[in-house]
Amino acid sequence: METWVQWMWLIPVLPMVAAGVSGLLPRTARGWSAGLSIGSLALSFVLSVISFAAVWQSGGERHLYGFRWFQFGPGAFGTLWLSWVLDPLSASMLVMVSGVGLLIFIYSLGYMAHDANFTRFFCFLSLFAGAMLGLVMSNSLVGLFMCWELVGLASYLLIGFWFQKPAAAAAAKKAFITTRVGDLVFFLGLVWLFGNSGTQLFYDNGSGCLEAATLNALVQQKVWWDWSLSQVIGLLLFAGAVGKSGQLPLHVWLPDAMEGPTPVSALIHAATMVAAGVFLMARVYPLLVAGPEGVVQPVLMVMAWVGGLTAVFAAAVAVAQDDIKRILAYSTISQLGYMMLGLATGGVAVGVFHLLTHACFKALLFLGAGSVIHACSEEQNIWRLGGLRRWMPVTYVTYGVGMLALTGFPVLFSGFWSKEAILHATHAWPVSAGPFWLGLAGVFLTAFYMTRQMVLVFGGTPRGNVTSGSIHESPPVMTVPLIVLASLSVVTGFVGTPAWPWLQGFLEGQQAILDWSRLFGADVWGLAAISCAAVFLGMGVGLVLYRRIAAEGVIQRDPLEQLPAGLCPALRKKFWVDEAYQHSVVPALAWLAYWCDRMDRWVWAGLMRLAACVTLVVARLSQNVDEAVVNAGFDRACEGLRLQGGRLSLWQNGQVQRYLAFVGAAMAILVSLWWWGGNR
Amino acid sequence: MHSFPWLTLLILMPLLSGLGVMLWGAGRSRWTRRIAQGVCGLSGWTILALTKEVDLRSGSLQAVERHAWIPSLGVEYYLGLDGLGWVLLLLTVVVASMALGAAGEVGERPHLFDGLVLCLMAGLFGTFTAQNFVHWFLFWELSLIPAFFLVRLWGGHRRRVVSLQFFLFTLAGSIAMLLGFLIQYAGTGQMNFPELAQLAQQGRLWPQVAEVWKGWGWTEREVALGVLLAVLAGFAVKVPMMPLHAWLPSTYAEASTPVSMLLTGVMSKMGVYGLVRIFLPLFQEPLRWVWPWLAGLALWTVIASACAALAQRDLKRILAYSSVNHLGYCLLAVFALGAAGPVSGSIVHQAAALNGVILQMFNHGLTAATLFWCVGWLEKGNGGFRELDQFGGLRAAVPIFCGLMGMATFASLGLPGLNGFIGEFLIFLGVFGLAPWAAWLALPGLLVTAVFLLTMVQRVFYGPMKTTGQRWMDVDWRERTGLGAAVIVMVLLGLWPQLLLQFTHPFVMHLLAGLRL
Repeated sequence: METWVQWMWLIPVLPMVAAGVSGLLPRTARGWSAGLSIGSLALSFVLSVISFAAVWQSGGERHLYGFRWFQFGPGAFGTLWLSWVLDPLSASMLVMVSGVGLLIFIYSLGYMAHDANFTRFFCFLSLFAGAMLGLVMSNSLVGLFMCWELVGLASYLLIGFWFQKPAAAAAAKKAFITTRVGDLVFFLGLVWLFGNSGTQLFYDNGSGCLEAATLNALVQQKVWWDWSLSQVIGLLLFAGAVGKSGQLPLHVWLPDAMEGPTPVSALIHAATMVAAGVFLMARVYPLLVAGPEGVVQPVLMVMAWVGGLTAVFAAAVAVAQDDIKRILAYSTISQLGYMMLGLATGGVAVGVFHLLTHACFKALLFLGAGSVIHACSEEQNIWRLGGLRRWMPVTYVTYGVGMLALTGFPVLFSGFWSKEAILHATHAWPVSAGPFWLGLAGVFLTAFYMTRQMVLVFGGTPRGNVTSGSIHESPPVMTVPLIVLASLSVVTGFVGTPAWPWLQGFLEGQQAILDWSRLFGADVWGLAAISCAAVFLGMGVGLVLYRRIAAEGVIQRDPLEQLPAGLCPALRKKFWVDEAYQHSVVPALAWLAYWCDRMDRWVWAGLMRLAACVTLVVARLSQNVDEAVVNAGFDRACEGLRLQGGRLSLWQNGQVQRYLAFVGAAMAILVSLWWWGGNR
Repeated sequence: MHSFPWLTLLILMPLLSGLGVMLWGAGRSRWTRRIAQGVCGLSGWTILALTKEVDLRSGSLQAVERHAWIPSLGVEYYLGLDGLGWVLLLLTVVVASMALGAAGEVGERPHLFDGLVLCLMAGLFGTFTAQNFVHWFLFWELSLIPAFFLVRLWGGHRRRVVSLQFFLFTLAGSIAMLLGFLIQYAGTGQMNFPELAQLAQQGRLWPQVAEVWKGWGWTEREVALGVLLAVLAGFAVKVPMMPLHAWLPSTYAEASTPVSMLLTGVMSKMGVYGLVRIFLPLFQEPLRWVWPWLAGLALWTVIASACAALAQRDLKRILAYSSVNHLGYCLLAVFALGAAGPVSGSIVHQAAALNGVILQMFNHGLTAATLFWCVGWLEKGNGGFRELDQFGGLRAAVPIFCGLMGMATFASLGLPGLNGFIGEFLIFLGVFGLAPWAAWLALPGLLVTAVFLLTMVQRVFYGPMKTTGQRWMDVDWRERTGLGAAVIVMVLLGLWPQLLLQFTHPFVMHLLAGLRL
């Protein structure tokens, strides 16, 4: 076991190496790139399964392994360790990420077969998977944050994969920057936690930051009002999760991310990226609940409300969307809200159970949507599709399974069990009944929009310009992953039923006991009856409204337009959240940029120019003074001197005759004077 | 003590070859370039060999050369090397060889160019190793002269004005600094940095300096703050710190690509180097009185430069502001150390901040030089235009270049796994421990950095291809090796920061032990 943990670093590093190598391969090396990526991820999957089995064998023990990364200060605090952990949480996430990722990789072989940048695509996919695998097995917050950012990078590259499309380029940038808002707050939480507790390892044989000693110290420190430091840091970390997992109000990037190729959407929405936020909260759960016994911690209340509101908000928006992928995108946001709600009210097991089941059926739905889009010449508008069940039977059936799982159709589908667990936990939540009703409303809306989509896409007759002749079922390389995911969407539910809560037990380190009687307890079925009623109601309304419309061969008006005034546009426009950002944050930043630039160009450069001008003026002035006053006087004196000198020089011009003439003249004068004086 | 004079050799090598190249190189440009590159290689080898030759892990000054020069004025020939100096020597060589690689064919008087680059190198080597004020100041100014001519002779059409601006700005700062040091000298009779630092640690520096000015009715505090501002001005212009940055954007934009690389890659580091080497040890006490104000200026630098970069259309100006932004974090960390004391921030926070500053210097030097090279390449390929709107969709035409520049861009915005992250992480860790409010307020800077860098990438590489008449050819072997090597170093340092930290950390501990906290 210990030696096994030492080698676990291979799980994320293999896909990363594959990414690095295929990044260097020439564009024509398509087979190499895909083979490397799929091979390495398959190997990671095998290793993950072995890790999972190892944890299972040891009864959920936690095993760590790490190394000293670098030293930046004295002592243990000044040493940064990177480390990874093998425990039930990381093991189940590893299996899910590598497994679902592998299926998506294989599917991409078919979906991207005609793309010119095929090699690059697999390079980015591998980076994505590797970063996510590193994230889930990291035992250090810094290591987790690094992988977290790499996941963001990979999503940026993949959303903008079709870079010629301006919309794709904009969506990629939007995704990176929106999530970075959350990431930076997370970063500050990380710095605070590390700086305060002196450790960023989650578990470290008693001195890690999720272990009792550190948690007690964090709880003791009060920061704002009665919020303890552990709660504040938890809130900062939650901000990161809000960005990554598309919670309100940072959800805006996720629907736009549909600009990427469909396998990417599947990867982002199921196994990687958005799962990261929920996983982070699950990982640091001990920090979130640390505090006095029996009190619901404030950060959990924030999480529950944000999650509940997101669940309903996104489900409502999904109702009125027309793009098959956009509906799924909003459905993901809504389901992520459920996960947060489950984590906040029911604990790690509840949230992670839904995360795992959702990964399977959401990947299935996206890949199914991809299959539809692939078959119908890139048509994504559900009003222009229709009647596809006849030509695409495999896609139809598997999509149906995914849809039933997502709506939480009773008993047979995984989504039912995980959703029930969340609703149960929410119902038992002592703080408020609000999140429960929000969750229930979400269930109704989910059933409705999925029925609407299903009926319009697969039911009825073809509408729009998609001609029946060109529609074909996708090749096996795409349908086999669909079938596998469909079976998983059924099976995964049975590991967490009330009768046999194996997953809950596994995650909490207890043995699960099979007890059928628990399944029939009044508290189980009482609630289940209500939620089932919501599901049936939603599906019924959907069928009634759309069955007839779908059957007619022409595009009809959406019955939603008959909703009370203003509601339908509000839903269609996603409650104007994007527009609100477009008219507040974006212009504010542009304004700030404008003024900083103006300041530089006019004020600082102006001052500089002023100084230069002053210098020049002073220089010119002193030049003039020099020339007019100092020089002029000097010059005049010089001129006078020169003139006099010139005159004087006449006396000494070197002409001997002249000297002699002067001498002669002088002699004559002297002689005549003497003569004149002597005669007196 | 009298070991081999490594550092003198290191300084004389580029200085003599530079002068020789300028004197006799006319018409032999192929040879002068080879000589310059050879000297770079040799210097680089010497610097790497020094890690084996002297014990940089001890933290104290190594390879010391000390001779009396003008004893009556306290002037000594005093060289010494420690982790800080070593990292910057390495950076100088790296950036200089990159600049020579990017220079390609310099239009006129190529021998002069090569010679000036070598002289600049010598000036920087001297600056990063001298330990006596006069000795150091000589090299500080000496490096300015080749830089001035490099901007002046090979820049854009506004190069005359701009080079003069650059020269005068820096000179004004230097004169202020000189005055500050003369005041210190008048009080202490000491010019050596280690001795001055020791005086400061014992708390005797400022009383001695103030003694001289007692007759004027000035208190110790006033004298100390006056000297602090004078000395800081010299460094702040060089880094630069707002509002003393007005010379920078136009200088970086007007200078030719290799010169911009040298300016942003190493010359801007002289200021931060001075802050760490001279300012912190000597001014720890007065810094404690004013650090919130200075940290405020650093924050302003970080935020305003990032925002201003967002408004630029000229690629070089974007990078120029990005440089100001990145070095703003260094300023912030240095000033936050003013808060260090018995109450706030443990020694680990202080060490993290300082190690972060040194790493950030190296990382920024490498990344910014790479980015300037990339922009220069774009400018050349686009017929001399480098407005943001004149590019688009280049990823299809030049995928390899796009990959290299993309990596450098993400290194610049601090993506983990590349070099930029470690420095920023350590700076934030340190600053948060010392002055939490400053770390909070600096955070938007990181966000806006991402916004403008990604906008640049989006405009240049994404979207439909813009046809400007040029046919784009992907990078040739020279850029491929040069940029490729730079990117490899970025990845290497991102994954293995201990490579530099093993030398900087002992220095930082040594420095902190000598501070009056």
